[in-house]
Formats: sequence, C-alpha cells, structure tokens
Amino acid sequence: MEYILQPWPWYVTGPLIGLTMFILLLVGKNFGMSSNLRTLCTICGAGKKSELFRFNWKEQRWNLIVVVGTIAGGFIGAHLLSDGTAVDINPRTIAELKSLGFQSAGAAYLPEELFAPGALFHLKSLPLLVAGGFLIGFGARYAGGCTSGHAISGLSNLQFPSLLAVIGFFLGGMLMIYLLFPLIF
Amino acid sequence: MKTSIYLVIGIFFGIVMYKSEAASWFRIYEMFRFDSFHMYGIMGSALLVGILSVQLIKRRKWRSFYGETIQLQPKERSFARYLYGGVVFGLGWALAGACPGPMFTLLGAGYWSILVVIASAVLGTFVYGLVRDRLPH
Repeated sequence: MEYILQPWPWYVTGPLIGLTMFILLLVGKNFGMSSNLRTLCTICGAGKKSELFRFNWKEQRWNLIVVVGTIAGGFIGAHLLSDGTAVDINPRTIAELKSLGFQSAGAAYLPEELFAPGALFHLKSLPLLVAGGFLIGFGARYAGGCTSGHAISGLSNLQFPSLLAVIGFFLGGMLMIYLLFPLIF
Repeated sequence: MKTSIYLVIGIFFGIVMYKSEAASWFRIYEMFRFDSFHMYGIMGSALLVGILSVQLIKRRKWRSFYGETIQLQPKERSFARYLYGGVVFGLGWALAGACPGPMFTLLGAGYWSILVVIASAVLGTFVYGLVRDRLPH
C-alpha cells in the first residue's frame, strides 16, 4: 500500500499511458483529449460562427465520458491514493523557481502562487492562467492535436506531422521558460 | 455498457495522470529545463508501448471488440500548421503547466482555479475556429 500512496515511477506510468491508448484503439477510438475542447464549443453553439464546429457532437459523446472519468480519476488519485502532494523535483529546479518567486516549489503539487484560490485575485495570476489556457486551446486545434493526440497517438503511428508538432511543443515551451518567464516573474 | 467502458478508461487515465505527476506544473517546468528524466521516461515508455501496440494491430489486422476495422488515420500533410500550432500550444503548456488531459485530472483533484484554464482553452479553441482561414496551414 505504501508504494501505491507514493508517486508512481515513470516506468510504471508511461507504459500505463501507452496501454490507455491501446485499449481505446481496441474499442475502436482514437486517443485525443483536445478534441473535447472543440466538442464543448459545438455544444455551446459555436457552429453558428465557424465551419470547424459544425459536426454531430454526439459522435464524440464517448470522449466526453472519458473526460468525466478523467475528472473522477483525478479525485481518486489525489484523495484516495496519495498521502502527500509534494512533488520531488530536482533541487536545482527548486532553487531556480524560488529565485523567480515560487516559494512552494518542492512542497506542493501545483504552485500556490498561481493556483491557490486566493491567487486568482492577484493582479498577475488570473491573466496568466487565462493566457495559458487560451494558448493551449488555440494551439492544440491549430496543430490538430495535443500531447495525447500527437506525442502519444501520432508518434505511436510513426506520423511525421506529429513529430513536427512535438518539436513545436518543445520550441514553444522553451521559449516561454527561458525567454518569457524572466520577464513575467 | 459502452458508456461504462469509456468511464473506466477515463478513471484509469486520470489516476495515472495524477500519480505520474505529469499533471504537476512543476514537472512540466522541470522537463522544459531538462533537469530530470522523469517526463521523458514517461513519454518514452508510453511511446514504446504505443508503437508496439500499433504495429501489433496493423500486422495482425486486429479488429475492435465490436468487430469494426481499427481506423488509424494518417495525419494530413503539412508543415506550417504543425510547427506554428505546436509552438502556440507549447507556450501555453509551459505557462499553465497542464495539457488538455491533466487539466481535467486537476479539476477532479480539487484545484478549482484550473477551471479558469479549462474555460480559456475552450475560448482559445473557439477563436481558432473564427480565424482559421486567415492562418497559414
């Protein structure tokens, strides 16, 4: 039980993610989480504004059920299968984050400075979370998929476009962390 | 019946996302700084299992549990959309520290602020739909 309650190592969780994709293929579906963002737009009536959202969203009902499961899984993972929330990152990373003002580095699952409910009223956090989410949604649809659709599904099927997308993910991420973070924080 | 299968797959995925710490903002930051093997180990081993399972399905011509042929759609050929779209996605991934799967995991874990990220991601998707025709693809 102690092993279960601690964070799971990469060589257990990585294969389990691959297995998730495999089981979905075996029930006839393609693993991709960002499609749900498009489906949510369609349900909200976005089809009136753009062709992209004109499709029968009921065909994607199964994926929304996966989302509901993912939410429940997050609850189970955090509240029933964990006895702490600290993420044991590299001490060098912790020092770097502290110098940027993230005092919760090494002691929490998410930075309190951005995600604690009170932080939403700070001048900085709310716009940053909005910007981050916006870029994720916009970029995922522009690139035709996110980490699950490209880095897992696409690369598993040896798709060159997915490799390009993943290179893009890393270029964007490094641009943010090396160039923009020192300006933002 | 089918509904409960998808629900179980989602629950499984959500638990794995949380327990692997792939849903932790800190792990994403550490990954982009190349300070740990953790995230690369997750993606690499997921990919290894993924590649093997796709090959198995293709070579053995496996059908789904419901008897349908398994569709593995090749991605449309293009350069600009994947690279530009990928960069935009990466900027957001590093800032919010969560991609579309972990966002929902974190909601279940009780981090309510993530709702702001989810709502903004839906908005970003919508705005992409509005300007799509004016972007290089």
